[in-house]
Amino acid sequence: MKPGRFTYHAPRSVDEALAVLGQHAGDAKVLAGGQSLVPLLNFRVAEPGHLVDVNRLPGLSEPVRTATGWHVPALVRQRAVERSAALTGAFPLLGRALHEVAHPQIRNRGTLCGSLAHADAAAELPAVVTALDGRLRIASPRGERTVAAADFFVFHLTTALEDDELLLGVDLDDLPAGTTTSFHEFAGRRGDFALAAVAGQATRDTRGVVTRCRLVAAGVAGTPLRLRAAEDVLLGARLDDSALAAATRAAAREARPTGDVHASAGYRRDLVGTLTRRVLADIAAAVPTEELTHA
Amino acid sequence: MPDQDEPVWVDTTVNGVRHEEVVDARTTLADFLRGRLRLTGTHVGCEHGVCGACTVIVDGAAVRSCLMLAVQADGAVVETVEGLTDDPGDLTPLQDAFSRHHAVQCGFCTSGFLMSTTAALREGPVTDEAQARDVLSGNICRCTGYTGMVAALLEVGGTRDDH
Repeated sequence: MKPGRFTYHAPRSVDEALAVLGQHAGDAKVLAGGQSLVPLLNFRVAEPGHLVDVNRLPGLSEPVRTATGWHVPALVRQRAVERSAALTGAFPLLGRALHEVAHPQIRNRGTLCGSLAHADAAAELPAVVTALDGRLRIASPRGERTVAAADFFVFHLTTALEDDELLLGVDLDDLPAGTTTSFHEFAGRRGDFALAAVAGQATRDTRGVVTRCRLVAAGVAGTPLRLRAAEDVLLGARLDDSALAAATRAAAREARPTGDVHASAGYRRDLVGTLTRRVLADIAAAVPTEELTHA
Repeated sequence: MPDQDEPVWVDTTVNGVRHEEVVDARTTLADFLRGRLRLTGTHVGCEHGVCGACTVIVDGAAVRSCLMLAVQADGAVVETVEGLTDDPGDLTPLQDAFSRHHAVQCGFCTSGFLMSTTAALREGPVTDEAQARDVLSGNICRCTGYTGMVAALLEVGGTRDDH
């Protein structure tokens, strides 16, 4: 229950961090908030020879306003996101989901980007960032590249990040006018990983017809699962009872969870339907800003 | 894996006292506080961030000291349960309320609860039971059933300047 030996690096620049990662690719792990990695080190599930502590990298601790939305750099703590009126105002489901992520003591250290890089299939934030069409900025000795969240998550604990790459941050675009978001999860205990979670957003025109929709489930596949059949049901429809019922059925059908000691596959599938309905009910109940303007 | 431990410098202020120490890079903050500084009020339970017994306050924020390396506290200000009062015989209003409401039984989890709740009360008042249980949810107690802790927290939670 103590970490194995490693060589500790505390680079002071991204270039320095990349140099260390490149030199020890495959035998180095990046330490950000440490709330997922350090348990793995303590259990010796992970025994990297080199630990690259990025907490002293400059300029990565504050969210940055961009031309199209917000950039959340690698060292922004989850607690800082949930306390940022600008971020939770722009993306209400982010604040809602963060309240379900572990506990304040964990969120005080844990970073938004660290949760993405760790990519636990039951984690809330990968699903939320997928539902927001987030783009991940990744640095390597070969330069910088951007990967869409939909392409970033490969499998449980597996991402598109190469061994010598560093996640610099995530870009989230402002939501179009008329958009409402929501997030619901079900967990055995407060702060646990979700048995299932659903993150969603929908954009409606002035007549209340859905023109754009994202529904993403967590905990029921190896990656965040886009509920495309449910989205298709909603596109071009109003969010009335029959549309919600049809989307709920479609969502439960397209989820193919596996069962484990915490919940059976069938129970999880039912949860996806129920949580989808709750997300859509929230969205249906909210009056999109554009409708207010045109009322 | 290196065949020898790597020594690293840590310069940190714990309960108002500055410590400059050399530790193994893999030493957690919890083990540093207990083993090196002999501040054994911080308890180590699960060692993977679930139980909350090792909670301390680092730069004003309650954190799991089992999930931080000691070297990461370099330059930081750390508070442990020993630092809640200046005099070891004194109790903070929160500690006193824990005592009176029987929020302590075996005591193993108590220091973690005190650090979590102390940090929460510095951030703002705790005025209803749902909020109190939310504040307490990051720590595990196997004895008390939490009822006494909720009562203690609510008793002192409305006033935020005593902590």
